Amino acid sequence: MRPELIKEVKYVPYSGNMAAAEAMRQINPDVVAAYPITPQTELMQFFADFVANGLVDTEYIPVESEHSAMSACVGAAAAGSRAMTATAGPGLAYMWEILGIASGMRLPIVMTVVNRALSAPINIHGDQSDMMGARDQGWIQIFSENAEEQYDNLIQAIKIAEDERTRLPVMVGMDGFVISHSIERVRLLPDKAVEEFIGEPKLMYPLLDVDNPVTHGPVAMTDSYMEFKRQQREAMMNAYKVIREVGEAFEEAFGRKYEHIETYKTEDADYILIIIGSTAGTAKFVIDKLRDEKGIKVGLIKIRTYRPFPYYDVMDAIEASNCKAVGVFDRAETFGAVGGPLYSDVATAMYLRNKHYPIVSFIYGLGGRDTNVYHIEEAVDKVMQAAAGKEVPFINYLNLKE
Amino acid sequence: MAEIKTAEIKVPPLKKLTNYPEKLAPGHRLCAGCGASIIIRQMYMVANALGYELIIANATGCVEVCTSIYPYTSWRSPWIHNAFENAAATISGVEAAYKALKRKGKLPTDKKVKFVALGGDGGTYDIGFQSLSGALERGHDFIYVCYDNEAYMNTGIQRSSATPKYANTTTQPVGSESLGKPQHKKWMPEVAAAHGIPYVAQVAPSHWKDFMEKFKKALLTEGPSYINAFAVCPRGWRSKEEEGILVTKMAVETNYWPLFEVENGKWRITHRPKNPKPIEEYLRLQGRFKHLFKPGNEDKIKELQEEVNRRWDWLNKMEEISNREE
Repeated sequence: MRPELIKEVKYVPYSGNMAAAEAMRQINPDVVAAYPITPQTELMQFFADFVANGLVDTEYIPVESEHSAMSACVGAAAAGSRAMTATAGPGLAYMWEILGIASGMRLPIVMTVVNRALSAPINIHGDQSDMMGARDQGWIQIFSENAEEQYDNLIQAIKIAEDERTRLPVMVGMDGFVISHSIERVRLLPDKAVEEFIGEPKLMYPLLDVDNPVTHGPVAMTDSYMEFKRQQREAMMNAYKVIREVGEAFEEAFGRKYEHIETYKTEDADYILIIIGSTAGTAKFVIDKLRDEKGIKVGLIKIRTYRPFPYYDVMDAIEASNCKAVGVFDRAETFGAVGGPLYSDVATAMYLRNKHYPIVSFIYGLGGRDTNVYHIEEAVDKVMQAAAGKEVPFINYLNLKE
Repeated sequence: MAEIKTAEIKVPPLKKLTNYPEKLAPGHRLCAGCGASIIIRQMYMVANALGYELIIANATGCVEVCTSIYPYTSWRSPWIHNAFENAAATISGVEAAYKALKRKGKLPTDKKVKFVALGGDGGTYDIGFQSLSGALERGHDFIYVCYDNEAYMNTGIQRSSATPKYANTTTQPVGSESLGKPQHKKWMPEVAAAHGIPYVAQVAPSHWKDFMEKFKKALLTEGPSYINAFAVCPRGWRSKEEEGILVTKMAVETNYWPLFEVENGKWRITHRPKNPKPIEEYLRLQGRFKHLFKPGNEDKIKELQEEVNRRWDWLNKMEEISNREE
């Protein structure tokens, strides 16, 4: 980090929602259209306070639904403005149709998703089935482990989305309540530095340019639809590079490192855990504990970029370790498929390198179910059994009452 | 609410209006005799004459699919299509972006612009109803134009809440146990007026002077306006292509489609047929009501006449009550 900035960094006790709202204040988007939903409501309230007190120049649209929130963001982004929103669980599900339109129209919208379980039964607590359900809607998906990461990731997401090589919307997820409502230390960057980092938005074919009228969102028949989709894939492949570049630029400017994955003590690890989101923090504690108390060498791969999935980064980390078996943790179900959604991606990564490590699949934390230290220890035990060639259940539920 | 000073601003005569460049290019794929394209051209005529650029958000529907098949477009003006049910929410976002960029001095134009959401009755009365209601309540500066052809015509004449009672549609067809749609049409402009927005009007392209005067008022209104436009659909109504304007006129002259406006809460019927014609004369022009003319269904026609009278009486009462001196 540049030395003159160090003094200006503010250490604050913020929840994930406060940190996300603060990032939005500093980004100062042209348009925010949002609908309150637990556990995102607080975020929207903080932002509404900024609007009410003139701390942002944003045109704020308190819409009547999430469907309209995303629809208005599509209109605002196509018009040529920087548009942001935030939602959670069922709200994201309600947006689903328009998510694909936002990415199909290549609009650089940035959204916080406070990860929440989907109904039924209705449940307001954290899990990742919302974003996993929206996985194939063409958005770049980034997950945060804590409040500060949510803050940093949102700032980076603006640059990632608006890059000419991507022009794709980005959703940044944080676990509901555990991150959104827990107070943690967050190191806030100076307003000016954030403004400089994100820069002015690059306009591409703005609807408001009436002298050069453009048709947005036309019909594409059988003769052209596939080419649009192929270009989206290209943009998503480009995003892999852009996310890394933006992460490097962020580290250079502010001294905080961001890569597609974060590894924790994988170099000499015999067993690798792969986790998304807040539980990665708990896993780091367990890893230290097991190493100290029992000399068991466990390492962690935390997935930050989920789409585009960093197949090679994951495999590089696994292959550079002494990996004997892998435990994949999914905070979402994929009924009728093998493992959870992350399991499938990890299995694909191994296939791409022609490697076959034993994988044990864990489903955890659905609907906000606690995942404690001893649950992860239990999981490590199963991974060790698999490594020793013992038969372990293919799918394992952590902290399930059976 | 601010008074609309519309009297001083005149829509030029027809001869002059026809000299403005067409913003909806010829060669679009709408059916011969379609009412929607006439409505759009009349909208642009007024906008051109008063120096406004229209920025349109179009709901999925006939107009959208017939004007934007990639790589072609019929729009010589900014246009966006998002989905079926969200034209009003989409235009909310466009209008918000305009306000934000204007405040920051970053607008790419200094021309006068007006935001228009355009949808059929499906995208307005039904699936887009929530989105429309939200946008009207929030008070965005836009005009919502519904081209009402009284069913989901784009996908093949499926019933909507705008379909009149006893009309034959493909999802409530006439059969041995059915006389078509069992419910009356929703009174949509009245519902829009219930939002307390500054301007609501019902128009028909056959009465183009009335249409243009109303569209002018909507253009000059700050805040939301709602315009419900009668859009003849020869294909869906089984009427003759060359009789589109006749059918439209007959809808007005039978009081089936009353021309009225609600300006800052004051209701006004803008056209009173001297001798309203019986509803049969409107129904007879359309195959979708053919079964009503079979012997034994006379009471059904009577029922439709009663619904026409009920709405007409209601509008008259609203006009009287809302204009009463305190």
